[in-house]
Amino acid sequence: MELIFALCVGILTSCGVYLTLRGSTFSVVVGLTLLSYAINLFLFASGRLALNSAPILNEATQYTDPLPQALVLTAIVIGFAMTAFAVILAMRARADLGNDHVDGNPPDAEQSAPQKEAS
Amino acid sequence: MNHLPILPILIPSLAGILMLLPPIADRLAIQRYLSWFSLALLLGLCFQLVFQVDTETQIYLLGGWQPPFGILLLADRLSVTLVTLTVFLAFCASLYGSAHEETTGRFFYPLFMFQVMGINGAFLTGDIFNLFVFFEILLIASYALLVHGGGKEKTKASFHYITLNLLGSAFFLVALGTIYGTMGTLNMADLSAKVSLLQPESVAIAKAGALLLLLVFGLKSAMLPLQFWLTKTYSAAAAPVAALFAIMTKVGLYSIYRVFGGIFGDNGGELANIATPWIWPLAIATLVFGMLGALAAPSLRLLTSNIVVMSVGTLLLTFVMNEGQSLSAGLYYLVHSTVAAAALFLLADQISVQRGNAQDRFVVSRPMQQAGMIGALYFISAIAVIGLPPLSGFVAKALVLQSAQIASEQIWVWSAVLISSLLALIAFSRAGTSLFWHLSGSKPGTEKAKPVQLVAIILLLLVTPMWTVFAGPITGYMHRAADDITHSNQLILQVISDQEAIDHDSH
Repeated sequence: MELIFALCVGILTSCGVYLTLRGSTFSVVVGLTLLSYAINLFLFASGRLALNSAPILNEATQYTDPLPQALVLTAIVIGFAMTAFAVILAMRARADLGNDHVDGNPPDAEQSAPQKEAS
Repeated sequence: MNHLPILPILIPSLAGILMLLPPIADRLAIQRYLSWFSLALLLGLCFQLVFQVDTETQIYLLGGWQPPFGILLLADRLSVTLVTLTVFLAFCASLYGSAHEETTGRFFYPLFMFQVMGINGAFLTGDIFNLFVFFEILLIASYALLVHGGGKEKTKASFHYITLNLLGSAFFLVALGTIYGTMGTLNMADLSAKVSLLQPESVAIAKAGALLLLLVFGLKSAMLPLQFWLTKTYSAAAAPVAALFAIMTKVGLYSIYRVFGGIFGDNGGELANIATPWIWPLAIATLVFGMLGALAAPSLRLLTSNIVVMSVGTLLLTFVMNEGQSLSAGLYYLVHSTVAAAALFLLADQISVQRGNAQDRFVVSRPMQQAGMIGALYFISAIAVIGLPPLSGFVAKALVLQSAQIASEQIWVWSAVLISSLLALIAFSRAGTSLFWHLSGSKPGTEKAKPVQLVAIILLLLVTPMWTVFAGPITGYMHRAADDITHSNQLILQVISDQEAIDHDSH
């Protein structure tokens, strides 16, 4: 179980980092989303992985730490709000700047612009 | 229980929510007066709190839940000083914003209130996960404030800012997960006790978590390799927003003080002072980089942004030099530099409005309508920022230089601080010359500063002479505030152990 879990977190993180480093705002937003999924899983595992145990200290003999679950819940809510804002801003940047490059001016356009003037 | 410590979070949050409710949501005038009133009220309460915590540190248990499981607010001298500074800045910035910026977009005042709530919460909280939550509150308000008013520059700057900060939040959570996984607590005081009891096999993991936190706080406070977002963001933001943002880098610095001074400080066992070898070179590099940026800046706003970077470098230096004993000088400098930078951001906006198309760039332009008034204010704030006598910048830099007592450190600190002051002097003289004296001879424009804008700038600049006049009592207070980093942790640990004793008796 630990191995699968760790692999999941690792793959999600690497995909997230790769996409975040791309040039268009859409990939960056998707990358950030993947990254936040990976982080949520990681945070969940910080209370140790346990099977068949309740997060309540009751009469159960086996129980798991409830705190990471509360932390993950908070992190999910915050991450959701932040992603929503990033999407809206990306759309606005697309409308304001006329392209979806993260810098607002794609490198291809800069190179091709002087050529047009020359011709 | 004394409820004063929670009011700096509660008042702005309630005022912000009130402003979003239907009868007030469409009436700008009511929002304006409500925000002035609540910030002025809060400022009064903060002053009361400043004197109250000097006699007794306030530990506020939210909902009465006992630490380390419940969340607590810690109002000691250090946090209350910064909260008061935030509220004061916010008051001046909202005064300034009422002249023009309130109409350039919707929800200016509510966003302002939520921003103040987030910053105050980050300063007051005693729980490291709660610190994350307040960071997110202040960030999401700052995202919206940054694009307030619209325009290409703002949109461009804010996409970078948001992406970087979302990545920063991701690293923050990884660090928190690692620290919780190894130490089993998130209460800062409890962490400071647990860190020396770490099992040998988990020391390396905890160290990784701690250094990840340094990365996150370095990003927020604009420490060298992570400061590239700052100049662009601050110079693109609307003036009152930029003035309020001047405190945001200090939130990162404050977190560094609390985490690397309080938790991983001298009593950190194997992890004692782990951040110090990293902060040393980075602090000096930040200072040098800010200095070069200030020399190269083509406009007053960019110059001021680079001055903010320089002040971050100096503040990081005071945290690590002299084995952490010079922090009180740093705190004195912190308040002075924040207020001076905020005043300069507001002045840059005035200059940019009155010079027409030339804006605040250092080029030849038409004269300003109120050149005398604006020039005098610029002169005062430049003297304060550079550190010339008689204003507080001089006292602050003298204190910083004086507190570098170890010979091997002296050479670095003295040369970095003194050369940066000299170059700041050059940069500001050049800027002033081209802004006020390089004129094209045509008639001045008709734009004039509104009285409320001048009042906001003058209020901010009044702090500088006050800070010089009361330097004695203030340095004493800052000295006790610097000691609070470890002292307050012990007080909270006392509360925890008292509670454990009560629990033990009742069983």
